[in-house]
Amino acid sequence: MATLRFDGGEIPCTGDTTVLDALLEAEQPVAFSCKTGMCLTCLLQATEGSVPEKSQKGVKDTLTAQGYFLPCVCIPEEDLELASPNDADLFSRAVVTGKEMLSPNICRIVMEPATPLYYRAGQFLNLRRDDGLMRSYSLASVPHLDRQLEFHIKRLPRGKMSNWICDELATGDSLDIQGPNGPCFYLPDRKQGNMLLIGNGSGLAPLIGIARDALHTGHAGDIHLYHGSRHVTGTYLHGELLELESEFVNFHYAPCLSRDEPPAGYRAGRAEVTAIADFPDLKDWRVYLCGYPPMVKSARQKSYLAGAAMGDIYADPFDLRDLRTEPRKEE
Amino acid sequence: MTDSLFDKLGGEPAVDVAVDIFYRKVLSDESISHFFDDTDMDEQRAKQKSFLTMVFGGPHEYTGKDMREAHAPLVEKGLDDSHFDAVAGHLQATLDELGVPEDIAGEVMTIAASTRDDVLNR
Repeated sequence: MATLRFDGGEIPCTGDTTVLDALLEAEQPVAFSCKTGMCLTCLLQATEGSVPEKSQKGVKDTLTAQGYFLPCVCIPEEDLELASPNDADLFSRAVVTGKEMLSPNICRIVMEPATPLYYRAGQFLNLRRDDGLMRSYSLASVPHLDRQLEFHIKRLPRGKMSNWICDELATGDSLDIQGPNGPCFYLPDRKQGNMLLIGNGSGLAPLIGIARDALHTGHAGDIHLYHGSRHVTGTYLHGELLELESEFVNFHYAPCLSRDEPPAGYRAGRAEVTAIADFPDLKDWRVYLCGYPPMVKSARQKSYLAGAAMGDIYADPFDLRDLRTEPRKEE
Repeated sequence: MTDSLFDKLGGEPAVDVAVDIFYRKVLSDESISHFFDDTDMDEQRAKQKSFLTMVFGGPHEYTGKDMREAHAPLVEKGLDDSHFDAVAGHLQATLDELGVPEDIAGEVMTIAASTRDDVLNR
């Protein structure tokens, strides 16, 4: 058993309980979202005691050096003294400079960061509202092509942040941003290699960033982008992607519809199933998978079985807070 | 000095090649793949690699107790001899695919067979 010292109190952490669960059981008001070590919403600082290496995976080294770690995947091996994150370490400000609905359920917002942000296309930021509500969103922009940050926000039923962004956030408003985070981005070392990009819903956002990044830096191999949606209205960048396809001979776009009857130019069926049927041999390919977690999981296994090396499959499952196993607590 | 089984098989590079062939076979087999539904693929592949290192006669830290603890939750879900035999079959097929000579493959299969009671918690 380890003892956690936090905010003046002592909290026991026993067995396989994570630091986050111990804090939540003790009714500490800590922020969290995915609970799988991906989103970095729950970052805390260990000011005394050391944390397992696994709990610092994906945290950048300037932060791990200060003891930052992910409580949601930390089963402590010794007593820890914990501190809430220092805002200046993690957050900066960005102002909304543009907003439009791309489809009935997907909103594009464009933001200008107060200080330049060094990121790679395909990574994600955490956006925090002034009351502390925070969620992760993938960047759709490319640093060397776009001056501003772009996000595609999908409206979720009961989604507090997404509904607020779609309905209330306005040009001129500011938000806190934390990041960049995530290992899902283009690597320029294998220019001749083929790439398979599969996303559904707003999982398209990081993929279009990765595709544009690769194409504009001279990627020579083929890049195949499969975007899955139930309905035609969900293929929210259809026009832009067709344009990109006509601009680059090695870029190929396949919109896939799992429910609507496919009009000309569309494919019938789920994106990952269609993609792997088209390319049953993925040896030496790089594969990027973004969006709904069950799709990402299934596509990851299919890609591996089709011959892609495990290390060449980059997965960014959009784990939603509302899908977690405990009942939702009021924030 | 005679080469150890592990050396004869090609050491760690051989395990690296074998693990993807073996794990793909296991994952593709619907009679056993459901046991892996809740596991992380990276972790599972690392476990398969430790297992192959052991049956290849390489340096490993597996104990019978580890085997029992790791498989106990699967035994509760119904893991039995038929599943063990299926995995052993995939191991044999992997060795065949790699062109491992019969006598050396036999040694590997003997080590694998020796884990049966621990894996099935008997």
